[in-house]
Amino acid sequence: MELFLDLLISGLTKGSIYALIALGYTMVYGIVGLINFAHGEIYMIGAFIALIASLALSQAGLAGWGLLVSVAAAAVVYSAMYGWTVEKIAYKPLRGSSRLSPLISAIGMSIFLQNYVQLLQSPNFLTFPSLVPELGFLAPVSHIVNSTQLFIWLATALIMTALTVLIKFTRLGLSMRAVSQDPDMARLSGVNIDRVISSTFVIGSALAAVGGLLIGCYMRQIDFYIGFLAGMKAFTAAVLGGIGSIPGAVLGALVLGFAESFAAGFISSDYEDAVAFVLLIVILIARPGGLMGAAQTQKV
Amino acid sequence: MSFKPGRFDWKRELAASSLAAVWLALLAGPLALFKINTSDYSLGLRWPLLLKMAGGAFVLSAVWRRFLARRASARRAAQRGEADKPQGGRGPARTWVDMVMGARYRLQIIGLFILGLMSIPFWASPYVVHIFITALIYIALGLGLNIVVGVSGLLNLGYVAFYAIGAYTYALLNFHFGLGFWLCLPLGALTATALGLLLGFPVLRLRGDYLAIVTLGFGEIVRLVLVNTELTQGPRGIGNISPPAFFGLDLNSQVKPHLLKVLPLMSPDLDMNKALIFFIILALVILTIVAVFRLENSRLGRAWLALREDEVACQAMGINRTRAKLTAFALGATWAGLAGVVFASQVTFINPTSFGFMQSVMILSIVVLGGMGSIPGVILGALVLILLPEYLRSYDDYRMLLFGALMVLMMVLRPGGLIQSVRQVYIHRPAASTPAAPPRQEPRGT
Amino acid sequence: MTRPPIIETRGLSKTFGGLVALDEVDFQVEEGSITALIGPNGAGKTTLFNCLTGIYPPTRGHIVLRRPRGAGEPPLKTALNNLRPDQVTALGLARTFQNIRLFNNLTVLENVLIGCHTRMKAGLWGALMRTRQTRAEERAMAEFSIELLEKYGLGAAANDLAKNLPYGDQRRLEIIRALATGPRLLLLDEPAAGLNIAETGALDDLIRLIRERENLSILLIEHDMNLVMSVSEKVWVMEYGRLIAAGAPEEVKNDPVVIRAYLGEE
Repeated sequence: MELFLDLLISGLTKGSIYALIALGYTMVYGIVGLINFAHGEIYMIGAFIALIASLALSQAGLAGWGLLVSVAAAAVVYSAMYGWTVEKIAYKPLRGSSRLSPLISAIGMSIFLQNYVQLLQSPNFLTFPSLVPELGFLAPVSHIVNSTQLFIWLATALIMTALTVLIKFTRLGLSMRAVSQDPDMARLSGVNIDRVISSTFVIGSALAAVGGLLIGCYMRQIDFYIGFLAGMKAFTAAVLGGIGSIPGAVLGALVLGFAESFAAGFISSDYEDAVAFVLLIVILIARPGGLMGAAQTQKV
Repeated sequence: MSFKPGRFDWKRELAASSLAAVWLALLAGPLALFKINTSDYSLGLRWPLLLKMAGGAFVLSAVWRRFLARRASARRAAQRGEADKPQGGRGPARTWVDMVMGARYRLQIIGLFILGLMSIPFWASPYVVHIFITALIYIALGLGLNIVVGVSGLLNLGYVAFYAIGAYTYALLNFHFGLGFWLCLPLGALTATALGLLLGFPVLRLRGDYLAIVTLGFGEIVRLVLVNTELTQGPRGIGNISPPAFFGLDLNSQVKPHLLKVLPLMSPDLDMNKALIFFIILALVILTIVAVFRLENSRLGRAWLALREDEVACQAMGINRTRAKLTAFALGATWAGLAGVVFASQVTFINPTSFGFMQSVMILSIVVLGGMGSIPGVILGALVLILLPEYLRSYDDYRMLLFGALMVLMMVLRPGGLIQSVRQVYIHRPAASTPAAPPRQEPRGT
Repeated sequence: MTRPPIIETRGLSKTFGGLVALDEVDFQVEEGSITALIGPNGAGKTTLFNCLTGIYPPTRGHIVLRRPRGAGEPPLKTALNNLRPDQVTALGLARTFQNIRLFNNLTVLENVLIGCHTRMKAGLWGALMRTRQTRAEERAMAEFSIELLEKYGLGAAANDLAKNLPYGDQRRLEIIRALATGPRLLLLDEPAAGLNIAETGALDDLIRLIRERENLSILLIEHDMNLVMSVSEKVWVMEYGRLIAAGAPEEVKNDPVVIRAYLGEE
């Protein structure tokens, strides 16, 4: 029973982080139809910025919640900047060309950023501090759930809510939905397409940054390669849930998190990474549009 | 900012490039400025590095802007000059490949070229021979993937899986049963094809991007299975893979001494088995080029092109799209399998690290960078992507960094690829009597 | 004098979730005729086309195609209900689309060559080995395609990329490509959409020419009433998924039911 609970909790935690990354993928895909391969690297950069910020700011005397919030702010701001820049350099010039050119460009950007961080910092694993302060009221159950995990769930839930509010009730959210449905019509209605696309990248990157920060606190170590694997899996989760659908991305991420956790616990941890893809193939065969994808009717 | 032709506005250029440099400094700031000291996790400051990067950004930005401005004005001039020409025709300007293909003695030129290639083992260093073998293997892989991605429009991101299966088929059969290269060549191809069909059936009805991620997943699954199963020797890999047999002769002891006496330029360090492999892969590549060329200009090839251009219209032409997709997919797998067997014999030791996602990316890049659906483009793409890193070896640490940057740059500059595919031109010379066109083949028994 | 129908539907219905797109449609096209299908937007005309050509399986009802056999034998009746689009094309139906669907990055000639797919036999082996048979077939098909293009006015553009053609020629190419499949029934979905008066006139001539030279039946969906009145022999009218009128063009034009459908209640 305790094992089951453990697996459930670790599944929920991982799933939450995947969700944060998956949202970036699904939003960008919904708007420009591009698989943003470099998104995983933004997540990784968020983690590294968080690490550097925590080292610098803790030397400057910050601690506890203040430190956590400042570090998060730094990571979010910087990842947003990176996301914005990547879009301007690697994707914007290719808007309108075939599907494959932006894909290759994205992959190139991903390779570039991985090596960029590796060269500037270190090819090895770096220890990440535990930034989430201990929550007193959790002491009695601290062997099951710790503060970091709880914080991850709450932070993710909060961010999801904020994002939903943004998409549903703000002008930007409306513009984003319009552009994802019919870019030409949106442009004719006065929507500034460039700004909407940039905003999408910025928001997605900010979410990924939080994910990077949280994974650092949870796993206690990061390296330049974490973006690649997490990115692929998060993208798989987004496809699983139906690419382009925001609730789908969250659902897919949670399903993936649980599946990985239970597979690692009950089958074997060697094949943990394969779970994502096996799950994907199985689900797409049954439902080609993903879990929440619209039925694939094409106007003929 | 728009690029106006005319005077070089140095004030604006200065401002723009300075902005770029400042932005880069901000962006790279934390990562460049602060160096995490891995032993005590203190933060070292690296102002010189940051300043150098900012300076580099300034220069690069200035150069890039100049380049774009020149290109824009060149394009405008070309447009003005060609405004009266009729629309249509062959698309982008003729490249030198066009001229060779149209040249009078085209067969002779190609023949000479091939002869030149064939002479390489007899005068080049073993290292050069090795590189050429690798380049030829990637040309074969690129052409194979080109059928799937370039011609048929099926996005396969896990192509390396079939490559791995070919290689491992040979390695395992050789390791456990001592089977030789020539027997395993078709076996490796067959295994890869079988797996291609197996994967294809459930997966080909998925939409383009879903297909991409599923094939990517398949590639990863294959790699993980190779790493984790005892049968495939896991991460230890399989070594001692035999080179191809040549009429039972031991090439190095029996043939090489004679050749060395006759050929003054030949390198005595050359492993003659490698030379044999070179000829084998060269022959394979030539056959591949002929096969792909024939396929592209056939009923099947056109069905694939129709599939790529518009799946719905394709079906309306009476083309069974599932069968077309499966054929393309499986055929692509076959080529990868063949290339895999040759690769195993070349390196004599394989392990799962040679077959990761990066390899799929490399092969895909060859196709896209070279020019989708274009045979000369893919060949050029393979040469560029394989030979370039060799030149970059001196910057070893920065190799992958430059490679990534280059990929982005190539796509931004030429999204259509180096050599874009040019459609076949038909010239009508009316025949004395027109053979009657056969009627539509009605399905029997319905 | 009525000729036997080349295709007919009985009780054809198609629903998408809650939406009834086709409701008990009993429809037929007389062999050798030019028949028009009209109706306000959303009436279900393209859905009918899509059911006929195998893109949607019908929810209910039958679609029957008549195919002639040898002399003295009754025609073969084939149900088209659950066939794939490529199977339907092989049986003799060809179509064009509301939004032009050409193979844009291929040449005009290649587009038509692809239309010849069902006339050819060469497979993987033939392609790779370039057998004498394959080469003869390729040459014959190329000849046929060029002549088809010349017959209907696009011969000069044979080596141009399809996407570079002017709009009117693109529509024409789509029709010629459909002809290449050797159909007995040609379905045209709003062929006049986006054409100006001169181009529509040329389309009118083209349709007549095709029917005369190719010995086939034509069914077209159209909104351009002038074209419909000019070229068709029989007109069927749909509204909200149901057939509300059928008859000669003049009759239908003056039918109050039809007028109401287009203009709404007075």
